Amino acid sequence: MGSIVLEKVEKTFGEVTVIPPIDLEIGDGEFTVFVGPSGCGKSTLLRLIAGLEDVSAGRVLIDGRDATDLAPAKRGLSMVFQSYALYPHMSVRANIAFPLKMAGMTAHEIDAKVTAAAATLNLTDYLDRKPKQLSGGQRQRVAIGRAIVRQPSAFLFDEPLSNLDAALRVQMRLEISELHHQLGTTMIYVTHDQVEAMTMADKIVVLNKGRIAQVGSPLDLYRRPDNLFVAGFIGSPKMNFVTGPVAAAHGAHTIGVRPEHLAISADGGDWPGTVGVAERLGSDTFLHVDAGDLGTLTVRAGGDVGFRHGDRVGLTPDPAAIHRFDDKGMAIR
Amino acid sequence: MSTQHSRAAARLLVAPSVVLLFLWMIVPLAMTVWFSFLRFNLLMPGTREWIGFLNYEFFLTDPAFFAAVANTLAIVLGVLAITIVGGILFALLLDQPFFGQGAVRLLMIAPFFVMPTVSALVWKNMFMNPVNGLFAWLQKSVGMAPHDWLATTPLLAVIVIVAWQWLPFSTLILLTALQSLDEEQREAAELDGAGALARFRYIVLPHLSRAITVVILIQTIFLLSVFAEILVTTNGGPGTDSTNLAYLVYAQALLQFDVGGASAGGIVAVVLANIVAFFLMRMIGRTLEG
Repeated sequence: MGSIVLEKVEKTFGEVTVIPPIDLEIGDGEFTVFVGPSGCGKSTLLRLIAGLEDVSAGRVLIDGRDATDLAPAKRGLSMVFQSYALYPHMSVRANIAFPLKMAGMTAHEIDAKVTAAAATLNLTDYLDRKPKQLSGGQRQRVAIGRAIVRQPSAFLFDEPLSNLDAALRVQMRLEISELHHQLGTTMIYVTHDQVEAMTMADKIVVLNKGRIAQVGSPLDLYRRPDNLFVAGFIGSPKMNFVTGPVAAAHGAHTIGVRPEHLAISADGGDWPGTVGVAERLGSDTFLHVDAGDLGTLTVRAGGDVGFRHGDRVGLTPDPAAIHRFDDKGMAIR
Repeated sequence: MSTQHSRAAARLLVAPSVVLLFLWMIVPLAMTVWFSFLRFNLLMPGTREWIGFLNYEFFLTDPAFFAAVANTLAIVLGVLAITIVGGILFALLLDQPFFGQGAVRLLMIAPFFVMPTVSALVWKNMFMNPVNGLFAWLQKSVGMAPHDWLATTPLLAVIVIVAWQWLPFSTLILLTALQSLDEEQREAAELDGAGALARFRYIVLPHLSRAITVVILIQTIFLLSVFAEILVTTNGGPGTDSTNLAYLVYAQALLQFDVGGASAGGIVAVVLANIVAFFLMRMIGRTLEG
C-alpha cells in the first residue's frame, strides 16, 4: 500500500511546458529522491503527485487507484514543506494534532497519537511551545511529526533540509533515513543536493528541464550514467570531461573520468599538467591540475599527498573507469 | 556618536517645536478645564462666575448624556462589526484572481476619499430619502411602504453611512494581511484535510487577528468622535435618538450657547475616551505579543 505510478503525466502553464509527458513507477516502501538543478521541475512533479497542482494530461495512480482528480486531502499522502509551513499561532501539540482533528478523531485518540509521534521524534519536552520558540531542526521535526501522525500511504518531502545549517542537515538526513527504516512507508524526497540524493535514496530520479534524465539506484547512476548530464550531476567533486583528439582516441566525442579514477605521479603519466589549487580536507586532497589543452582536471588524492601549487605532475586515468559519450551526450557502451 | 555637546545642541534645536506642540495641546485643554468650572453662557455676556462642579452635575445628570453615551457606543460597535465582518468578506473576495482586479480594488478604496459631509448628504438625499431615495423606490417597486430611515431609525442610518466610509479602510488593511499569509501554510492545511471553512477558521482568521486589532484601534479613535455625518443628516434627532457625545458637546456650546456646560461635557468625553483607550491598549498589547 503506497505505490505511486505516473502515466504520461504532463504539466503546462499556458504555452509553457514545464513537464513534458513523464512515466514513472515508485514501488511500495521505496525511498525515491527527485534530484536536479533549480528549475528542473522536481518540485512541480512532487506537487502534481500531492494534488496541489492539476495535471494537464495523463494519470496519477496511488495504490493502483486513479487519483488524478482527487483532492489533496483524499490522496492519503502527507507532505513536509521547505518552509516547514507550521501554523505559527498553534502550539507544537496543536500543530501535530491538526490533521487528526480535521479527520474528526476523538480527543483521546488524538492525544495518544500525538504523544507517540512526539516520543518518536524527541519532541516530548516541546509540545507546549509555539513554533517560533523552536530551533530550525526542532521545527523540521514538528513538520515531520505532523506528517507521520496521519499514517499516510506515502510521505512527500520538498527540499526539507535546505534551510538548515550543514551539521544539522547531516543529522536530519540520518534521522529521516532511520525513520524510513522504522516506518517502511514510501517516501518521495525532492532535493537539489546530490549528496542527499546519494546517501538517502533507494532510487534516484534525475530530472533535467522537466525530463527524466535517468532513473536508478545511487550506485547505478554513479557507475553507469546514461548521459553527460547525469555523469556531471552525480558525484562530488564533478566528473572531468575531456573532448578532442584524446576523446577520439577512445572512439568517443567526450570522455569522462571521475577525480577518484585519476592517478597522479611526479613524472610520467598519460597527461602532463601543473598543479593549481590543492584543497586539503584531511582525509582527501582535491588537486586542480591545469592539463593544457585538456583543461583543468580535478584529481582526488590521499590526504597526505605532497604536491603543491606549481608542481609539474602526470595524470593517468584508470582505463576501466573511463566513461565514453557520443556527440549527443549519450553514453556509449 | 553623540557627545555631551551635540546632545545639548540637539535639545536646543528641537526645543521650539516641542514648546509649540506642548502649548498647542495644553492651552486649549487648560482653558476647557477652566471654563468647565464657570457659569459661562454666550447669552449672558459678562457673567463669568465660579460655580465649582455645577456644570458637571448638570451635564452628568442630563438624560441626554446617557442617551449620548449609549449612542456613541452603538455607533462605535455597530460600525466596527460591519466593517470587520464586511472587510474580511471583501478582502477574501478581492484576494481571488479575477478579470479587472486592479480596477475593482481601486473602486473599492474610493469611498474613503469622499468627504464625510458629501457622502452623508448623498446617502441622505439619494438613498435614504423616503420620497426620492433609491431605497424607497426599491421598496415601492415591490409594493412595500417606503422606510423613512432618518426619522424612524436615525442611529441605524448614521451607522450605515459611517460604516460605508470605513469599509474600504478595513478591507485594505485586511487584504494586505491576507496576502502576507504563507501559501505553503494554506497548502499544508489543505493536505491535512482542512476544508475551505476549516482553513478559514484555523489558519486565515488567526493570521488576520493582528490586522483586525489594528483596524479596531484606529477606527475606534475616529468613531468615538463621529460628527459631520450626524450634523448634515439627522442633527442628532429626532430628540436625542442619534446624538453622540461629540454632537452633544456641540449642541451644548453652539446651539444652547452654554460654553461652561459644553466644556464640562468635553472633559467628560476626554475621560471616557481614555477609559476606552486603556482597555483597547491592553487588548492590543496582548494580541500583538502573541
